[in-house]
Amino acid sequence: MAALDRVKVLVLGDSGVGKSSLVHLLCQNQVLGNPSWTVGCSVDVRIHDYKEGTPEEKTYYIELWDVGGSVGSASSVKSTRAVFYNSVNGIILVHDLTNKKSSQNLYRWSLEALNRDVAPTGVLVTNGDYDREQFADNQIPLLVIGTKLDQIPETKRNEVLTRTAFLAEDFNAEEINLDCTNPRYLAAGSSNAVKLSRFFDKVIEKRYLSRDGNQIPGFPDRKRFGGGTLKSLHYD
Amino acid sequence: MSFLIDSGIMVTSQVLFFGFGWLFFMRKLFKDYEVRQYVVQVVFSVTFAFSCTMFELIIFEILGVLNSSSRYFHWKLNLCVILLVLVFMVPFYIGYFIVSNIRLLHRQRLLFACVVWLTFMYFFWKLGDPFPILSPKHGILSIEQLISRVGVIGVTLMALLSGFGAVNCPYTYMSYFLRNVTDADILALERRLLQTIDMIISKKKRMAMAHRTMFQRGEVHNKPTGFWGIIKSVTTSAPGSENLSLIQQEVDALEELSRQLFLETADLHATKERIEYSKTFQGKYFNFLGYFFSIYCVWKIFMATINIVFDRVGKTDPVTRGIEITVNYLGIQFDVKFWSQHISFILVGIIIVTSIRGLLITLTKFFYAISSSKSSNVIVLLLAQIMGMYFVSSVLLIRMSMPPEYRTIITEVLGELQFNFYHRWFDVIFLVSFSTFTPFTSTKMSSSSSPAASAGPPFSICKHRL
Repeated sequence: MAALDRVKVLVLGDSGVGKSSLVHLLCQNQVLGNPSWTVGCSVDVRIHDYKEGTPEEKTYYIELWDVGGSVGSASSVKSTRAVFYNSVNGIILVHDLTNKKSSQNLYRWSLEALNRDVAPTGVLVTNGDYDREQFADNQIPLLVIGTKLDQIPETKRNEVLTRTAFLAEDFNAEEINLDCTNPRYLAAGSSNAVKLSRFFDKVIEKRYLSRDGNQIPGFPDRKRFGGGTLKSLHYD
Repeated sequence: MSFLIDSGIMVTSQVLFFGFGWLFFMRKLFKDYEVRQYVVQVVFSVTFAFSCTMFELIIFEILGVLNSSSRYFHWKLNLCVILLVLVFMVPFYIGYFIVSNIRLLHRQRLLFACVVWLTFMYFFWKLGDPFPILSPKHGILSIEQLISRVGVIGVTLMALLSGFGAVNCPYTYMSYFLRNVTDADILALERRLLQTIDMIISKKKRMAMAHRTMFQRGEVHNKPTGFWGIIKSVTTSAPGSENLSLIQQEVDALEELSRQLFLETADLHATKERIEYSKTFQGKYFNFLGYFFSIYCVWKIFMATINIVFDRVGKTDPVTRGIEITVNYLGIQFDVKFWSQHISFILVGIIIVTSIRGLLITLTKFFYAISSSKSSNVIVLLLAQIMGMYFVSSVLLIRMSMPPEYRTIITEVLGELQFNFYHRWFDVIFLVSFSTFTPFTSTKMSSSSSPAASAGPPFSICKHRL
């Protein structure tokens, strides 16, 4: 029974970047011991205190939908994945700091989730089929997370971090770089934890609070099946 | 002088093939990965280039291009190089990259790579013992020894792939096997998938809330450690934790269900797209081809069975036999020498092109299915090894499809291999692989004839590995 309100956040990225480890770390505060391939979508829930420490503090459920796969999948797999992109309130884009292609593919991932009808191109052209206009009027908050920070040698770190800073700027998003096998990157009070908390607050605000501060009532949004009537689901 | 010109032509064509292999590697295979070790790309392209050169030499043989002695020289040279690559270079690099992945052995990579290579050589040599592939008068380290073993492995691979193709192609091409999928089916399945995920979410919410209240109340849930901890946990256990483990089991079951539903939905989408494709012109054309192909496959199986049962190996090639039939039975007279050259060129050309293309496509699909960012180097090198062995043995087998006057060079260069053995072995493995793959495909067909089957077909797990 969900007595609290909920928001839905997608976690997208190429195969093997560490989405499942990241989601596990965010929700269970533990490192994932045996990561295995994600088939379909795996969901986890995090309880978040909106505006913690202030009188307006309220607790929300954040659903993290970890969608597996690659941008180059067959169109049948993409159509099946599209089912998960309904009524999304926030998107976390995950890329691997040791693999440049995974960062480049983030453009295609975000287009797939936001537009849901990207024509697959055979050759990846960086920034060629990415249009800033499409992100200018985007209302859904984005967050860019780079994983496997520990595998970058100290000498190359600056170069990699500059590149990811440009990437995050393109998406008009905050960025966090961490190592999913080490919980200290998200320790309470660290700058990463603050950025994460701010992102979730933004997602909740966009969903539940309109611009002049009035609260939108949180009814379960069942807009999935072409505007059907609101019925209670029968669990068999 | 002419030798220099010939060598110049050969080298140019080799460079072209190398470039093609390089591009293929970059654009198709390593589309989603970063190439960090250029050695891998070079080795792959080199294997591809020298394999293609062999096919080129066969074509030159038929067409009579280039000087005969320079052709012979280049054959020998090419064969030496490719055997060197397949037996020494590629296995060594495979061992090296495997060892680099294991953290413990990282320090003495080279040493352990040599150890792995020596083990490979031992088994490779032992492979030749049970097979009667060699006449005993050859020395230990000769081309014939190496190529006979490479030939056995390659022929096995070819026969396996042919058997699989013979089963799979009719199923894929012909629309007869397509079952009807409506939009309503897909929507119903998607709805079930989302319902399952909702159930998982609500259970996880309960667990998260329970963890939080326990944490806030100060009852941090400790796993029982040590001997006394375990004894204590038998008698007293927090009531909350029992509840939680029950819910966790339910969640695990639901997650497995959601995975199956996802795979089925993806299958339905794929079938729907195939149905739409089959209504286009291209689809109808392939459907038509599929019927011909199935007849051809049935004929091949029939011939293979006859060859084994009656213990015979075909002596004449299709070109000569076709010409015989037209000349003797149909009484049409034409310039036999001229036409036999051109027809065998076309036939051999088609065989070569389709086998190269088919192999590259299969390798690419295989690579996408099983590689990850850690193992991509090793897998690409394994594929290069398979590709090299495949091409070498197709040269062995193609000898059968050529008229006798063109066979001489292959016989000369490859020495006294027992070619008949290879054909027999091919037929055996072909039949074995065909009879193994047929039950798999037929279960796939029968289980997919009901749209909302409860258990997914076994192959889609491999197909849709994300």
